[in-house]
Amino acid sequence: MGKKVIRNLVVVMMVAGLALTMSCAKKNIGGDTAALKVNTSEISPEEAARRAAQEKARLLEEQRLQEQALQEDAARQRNLEMSAREQFENQDVLFDYDSAVLSAEARYLLKIKANWLEVNAARNIVVQGHCDERGTTEYNLALGDQRASAVKAFLMDLGISGARITTISYGEEKPLDPGTGEAAWARNRRAHFVIL
Amino acid sequence: MAYPKAEKILKNFKRFFMCCIIAAWGLGPEVVHAQHTYINIKDPFIRKVPLAVPEFKSFGTGGQAPGYGATARSILVEGMIFTGYINVLDPAGFQENPAVTGITGGDLHFKKWTADGAELLVTGGIAEQDGAIRLELRLFDPFKERLVLGKVYTGQQSDLRTMVHRFCGEINLYLTGKRGVFGSRIVFVSRVGQNKEIFISDFDGHAPRQETNHKSITLSPCLSWDGKWLAYTSYVNGKPDIFIRNLKTRALTTIAFDGMNITPDWVPGKLELAATLSLDGDQEIYLLSGKGEIISRLTRSWGIDVSPRVSPDGTKIAFVSRRGGTPQIYVKTLATGEVMRVTFQGKYNTSPSWSPLGNQLAYVGVVKNEIDIYVTDFTGAGALRLTREQGDNEDPSWAPDGSLIVFSSTREGSSKIYVMTPRGTDARRLIDLPGEQTDPEWSAGEGID
Repeated sequence: MGKKVIRNLVVVMMVAGLALTMSCAKKNIGGDTAALKVNTSEISPEEAARRAAQEKARLLEEQRLQEQALQEDAARQRNLEMSAREQFENQDVLFDYDSAVLSAEARYLLKIKANWLEVNAARNIVVQGHCDERGTTEYNLALGDQRASAVKAFLMDLGISGARITTISYGEEKPLDPGTGEAAWARNRRAHFVIL
Repeated sequence: MAYPKAEKILKNFKRFFMCCIIAAWGLGPEVVHAQHTYINIKDPFIRKVPLAVPEFKSFGTGGQAPGYGATARSILVEGMIFTGYINVLDPAGFQENPAVTGITGGDLHFKKWTADGAELLVTGGIAEQDGAIRLELRLFDPFKERLVLGKVYTGQQSDLRTMVHRFCGEINLYLTGKRGVFGSRIVFVSRVGQNKEIFISDFDGHAPRQETNHKSITLSPCLSWDGKWLAYTSYVNGKPDIFIRNLKTRALTTIAFDGMNITPDWVPGKLELAATLSLDGDQEIYLLSGKGEIISRLTRSWGIDVSPRVSPDGTKIAFVSRRGGTPQIYVKTLATGEVMRVTFQGKYNTSPSWSPLGNQLAYVGVVKNEIDIYVTDFTGAGALRLTREQGDNEDPSWAPDGSLIVFSSTREGSSKIYVMTPRGTDARRLIDLPGEQTDPEWSAGEGID
């Protein structure tokens, strides 16, 4: 069933692609013959000078575009670095209710964070442990501490020096989402990262 | 010292007045000492005692005295209602008006008062001169047709509340053998803007005042047994540390080991406290000196150990631990080192609070997202649920005489502070402040010298 659908899709795409290339080819041919006709007609010295100037302008424009492209590449590179950094800080590791156990997804996220820490060996971080509003203030302080500690221990297992990682528990004092309900609670049961 | 808090409050009262004369009329000291225990406040089927408090007599030379009389009467009425075991009768139907006919035993017709349904009668007389107040208060038993106790208080106008509450304490002592809540205080957390700060109010929520101004998250307040030292947790230095404030000298001590320093609780009768520290990387409960030095380590178990509460006699520590896989309450006997699990029902039991006699623990249990207050008596008979289907209910703390439990609840929206009896009845809002209030702790009165 699934295979059939895929095969049909492929066929449709191939037909569409063929039609597109054919129509493009026709246009090109038409355009080229028109240009040839113009080129074979009379070329005055004025016209030659005008064309030389045009060519120069075209080269300058090309150079400008190239430089712009280079600059854009550099910016993109910077953005990539920035987004890695932002991702590091903004992607929280989430926990189950009343749990400081790292899920498979949490461990995957922490491996990415460990890579960043390896590349940026000069940077130290703070791991904040947070809880949802359910449960009691004092117990949640303790639970937030367990969450931050679990994250620190895992990063250390991945080879990051413990001296670079400070932990702090905020318990239920600083919810990311002030709402109630499981969606808000799930966002609030988290370890949050701050680069120093 | 079966009951240190009562002793402490008694001492508080003794210390209190600048210029207070106490006289007992008619009956000698045997009245004061023969504490007639009419009321067992632990009785689950308590019948409220009907009390008549007719209008106070004015001995005033100035025109202001009647106003003070009305104020004094309403402070007394509200105070006695607050106890939860007094029913104050409507004065509209009284056959006799002592404000006119006289407030002493010889002036009263006790048969009229028994006919009006009064089992107890309080008469009052007040005189005011140049801001100085002289207040006479008498408690009668109309059935026995006798004076139970009589007192004269003198002081400034601003002392009126304290004077009346002192007499309320006397009534309480006569009825229950304890002075009750009068003179005690509530310490609690209130939101101030984006921050949380510690506040202290009178036992009935009157006159709340802000005690800390850290402009930070400030939590877990606890007053020492003598009311002189306030311990709490604050993030003011960037991480949770414990602070100890001398309320008189304002001196501040910080306990700031590596890791977190949280949930301080004073040892009764000593300048020592139990607290949770994570200086070794794992949370454990320690006994600390008032200067913040570690005296001993009380728990040795990996994972969460938090919220120590020292028993009233100082021999045991209740605390929360996750050693069994879920947060439950345990009690450690300090002399033997023996640890006993106290809660077995449910997967989440935290925030223990000892009853003043040390024979019960109130705590918070979470069942199916409902956060409620329970009481257990260690007999294994199962816990009694005190709150039900009225928002989240947290942070229970017993009154010094065990007659009430203060707690925080979201039953009216944002978290506020309430009291109820240890049977879960007579719940009412205690403190009227804007913003959220949490973490109340029923505490001793002003410091003792």
